[in-house]
Amino acid sequence: MDVGQMQRRLLDYTKSLFMEGVLDGQFLQLQQLQDESNPDFVVEVVSLFFEDSERLLNDLTRALDQPNVDFKTVDSHVHQWKGSSSSIGASRVKNGCIAFRNFCEEQNIEACLRCLQQVKQEYYLVKNKLETLFRMEQQIVAAGGSIPILELSF
Amino acid sequence: MESCNCIEPQWPADELLMKYQYISDFFIALAYFSIPLELIYFVKKSAVFPYRWVLVQFGAFIVLCGATHLINLWTFSMHSRTVAIVMTTSKVLTAVVSCATALMLVHIIPDLLSVKTRELFLKNKAAELDREMGLIRTQEETGRHVRMLTHEIRSTLDRHTILKTTLVELGRTLALEECALWMPTRTGLELQLSYTLRQQNPVGYTVPIQLPVISQVFTSNHAVKISPNCPVARLRPLAGKYMPGEVVAVRVPLLHLSNFQINDWPELSTKRYALMVLMLPSDSARQWHVHELELVEVVADQVAVALSHAAILEESMRARDLLMDQNIALDVARREAETAIRARNDFLAVMNHEMRTPMHAIIALSSLLQETELTPEQRLMVETILKSSNLLATLINDVLDLSRLEDGSLQLQLGTFNLHAVFKEVLNLIKPIASVKKLLVALNLAPDLPEYAVGDEKRLMQTLLNVVGNAVKFTKEGNISITAFVAKSESLRDSRAPEFFPVPSDSHFYLRVQVKDSGSGISPQDIPKSFTKFAQNQSIATRNSNGSGLGLAICKRFVNLMEGHIWIESEGLGKGCTAIFIVKLGIPESLNESKLSFMPKMSGPQTNFTGLKVVVMDDNGVSRSVTKGLLVHLGCDVMTVGSSEECLRVVSQEHKVVFMDVGLPGMDGYDLAIHIHQKFTRRHERPLIVALTGNTDKVTKENCMRVGMDGVILKPVSLEKMRSVLLDLLEHRVLFEAI
Repeated sequence: MDVGQMQRRLLDYTKSLFMEGVLDGQFLQLQQLQDESNPDFVVEVVSLFFEDSERLLNDLTRALDQPNVDFKTVDSHVHQWKGSSSSIGASRVKNGCIAFRNFCEEQNIEACLRCLQQVKQEYYLVKNKLETLFRMEQQIVAAGGSIPILELSF
Repeated sequence: MESCNCIEPQWPADELLMKYQYISDFFIALAYFSIPLELIYFVKKSAVFPYRWVLVQFGAFIVLCGATHLINLWTFSMHSRTVAIVMTTSKVLTAVVSCATALMLVHIIPDLLSVKTRELFLKNKAAELDREMGLIRTQEETGRHVRMLTHEIRSTLDRHTILKTTLVELGRTLALEECALWMPTRTGLELQLSYTLRQQNPVGYTVPIQLPVISQVFTSNHAVKISPNCPVARLRPLAGKYMPGEVVAVRVPLLHLSNFQINDWPELSTKRYALMVLMLPSDSARQWHVHELELVEVVADQVAVALSHAAILEESMRARDLLMDQNIALDVARREAETAIRARNDFLAVMNHEMRTPMHAIIALSSLLQETELTPEQRLMVETILKSSNLLATLINDVLDLSRLEDGSLQLQLGTFNLHAVFKEVLNLIKPIASVKKLLVALNLAPDLPEYAVGDEKRLMQTLLNVVGNAVKFTKEGNISITAFVAKSESLRDSRAPEFFPVPSDSHFYLRVQVKDSGSGISPQDIPKSFTKFAQNQSIATRNSNGSGLGLAICKRFVNLMEGHIWIESEGLGKGCTAIFIVKLGIPESLNESKLSFMPKMSGPQTNFTGLKVVVMDDNGVSRSVTKGLLVHLGCDVMTVGSSEECLRVVSQEHKVVFMDVGLPGMDGYDLAIHIHQKFTRRHERPLIVALTGNTDKVTKENCMRVGMDGVILKPVSLEKMRSVLLDLLEHRVLFEAI
């Protein structure tokens, strides 16, 4: 596959992520901030996000496993996760967190557990997608091309 | 015969006659002796007798008389000289005393007689006083009756009870046979029998009110004796032959609320009277006494008062009920209005959010697109998209503005802007339409018009655009001229706006803009309507114009907010029209032109914040990195911290701005702001504090202002936003994004 094809494939893939709502405009903002002085900005931020999310996921699972669930702790974790996901533009994760917080307020354990599962699924999905994206970018760079700027033509 | 000193009686002793004389004398002496004894005895018994001396004298007189007669007893036979002497002595004494007594009696007897007359006089007096006492007692009885009656009458506020009670009590007090009340009918021409004492259901007798006897009663405020045969007194058919008792009639004034003026007691010639007729029992030979008549008069007055009280009470109760109903209705209306307002606000809030989100996406992405590599055609297309979407965003904002204008919660966004540029922009925008209609548009800016001013640029442009747009809309041919100059004091006072007294000062000036067109004009009576919402001028020339009449109304509100005045002058239909407005603008302090550009330019100058030292505090690692990335891209020197304590440790005078995340859990951000204020007491040493938050509610904004933050930014922050925010911030040292 030549560079041009790879670039087109990358663009299509990215576009599909937007169309599906997995990522939103914020992600584009991040991409904008990447320049010569900061070449790996996006990757760094996203990696941070993954680490954070793993930690939060564990904490949440443990907190909801307790016999007396401390909804305050759960809420604060979910709040953190919402913050991180919105910062990188993982909109589905963010929406899931918003719903999660509502159920926390209602102190509905069943619903919270369901939400947790959902957010976890969304998170793994976005993680998967982003990792694929980065792999494609690396391939292009290795092949000597430059990462194309996304042209939106909705 | 021996000659003795005996005295020979004058007459020879006749045996029988002598005996009788002897006995009589004896008894006389006895009587004479006993009378003083009796006198003394009885006088001693009564202590009152004043003439003791007379008594003594009298007693002496009698005693002596008795003695004389006693001694006389011895003279019937031969008696000695001693006896004769004694006899003589006693006779002499008696003579003296009797003469003295006789003389004394002449003085005393008149006295005694006058005592008698005095006694008689006192007896008469006593009888008189008794009579008077009787009278007073009767009067007091009457008074008591009146009080009791009044009390009974006044103890109720129900009309019928009052009248019934009156009749009953009067009947009882005065022992009447019949008592009746005649009330005037609605027409006022007749009296109708309304209440009687004995008859339970009075049949509706009526008598015309013009009867002489009735007039007689009505003209006097006393109880008047009337004939038992007159129609008002003939309540029951005369049965048998008996003498009907005396009848008395009295008027009862019927007072109305309207009779009572404030300083004007009701005249008794208030026309409406009722008639009360009282009949004494027949065959009783009783007569109406004065005090009874007085009683009746007093009662009649009291009844009048009681009735008027009852009437007043009825009225006030009716009024109160009415008020209560009205209150309830008003309450319901108010609640409905509140619900409507709340519904509208909710709707607006939702619409606002829903409409803005996609708009934001469109604008953001289009602006990003502009920064990429595009072919010229593509660039043109993107610019058009951007312009249109900006217009749409403005429209959306306008809708929100109008509702906020209605609520009065709109505030001007003041900033320094290029005044000349505003006019030029409006001109550019209007030129295409004007040229299509072949209208000439001329702009005339006075030479002393400042280039830069402080005010709400967006709204000023909106107003100007609206006014000029109207001018173009309503002009079919000819020209439009726009003149702008600084208004001087004389020209500020316009006869058309007498309540508008603007006073220019050093920091402000008044901009006056006149837009004259040669179009269809407005007739003078329609001019005031042009500024009311939705009122469209219905003249023929406007048939082909569309759009609702909101424009001028919004303009007027904006102009008022800018402490100005807007009005329209026109000579009449077909003679063109001039729209004039004056607004107050501020004079900018520093005219540093390179920094003054706040129109959202998509390809704005690449402002450089190189080396600007800032601190970013956020406990979320990911958003911390993103914010850092943003600021680094803009050239800042960023220090990141993860907690407030760390931030406090690290922050110093070198840092110009502190960006802190204020999320929901905990109040770290606010505390941190307070601590920073405490750490840097002098304003120019303190770094600017800006909050980054995802919360759009007023409470957050207010909290931030309260703790002394210099700005609040809504997450997510785009690159452009961050750039303009930093510009604003460093320029003005304050930024509060409208949330």
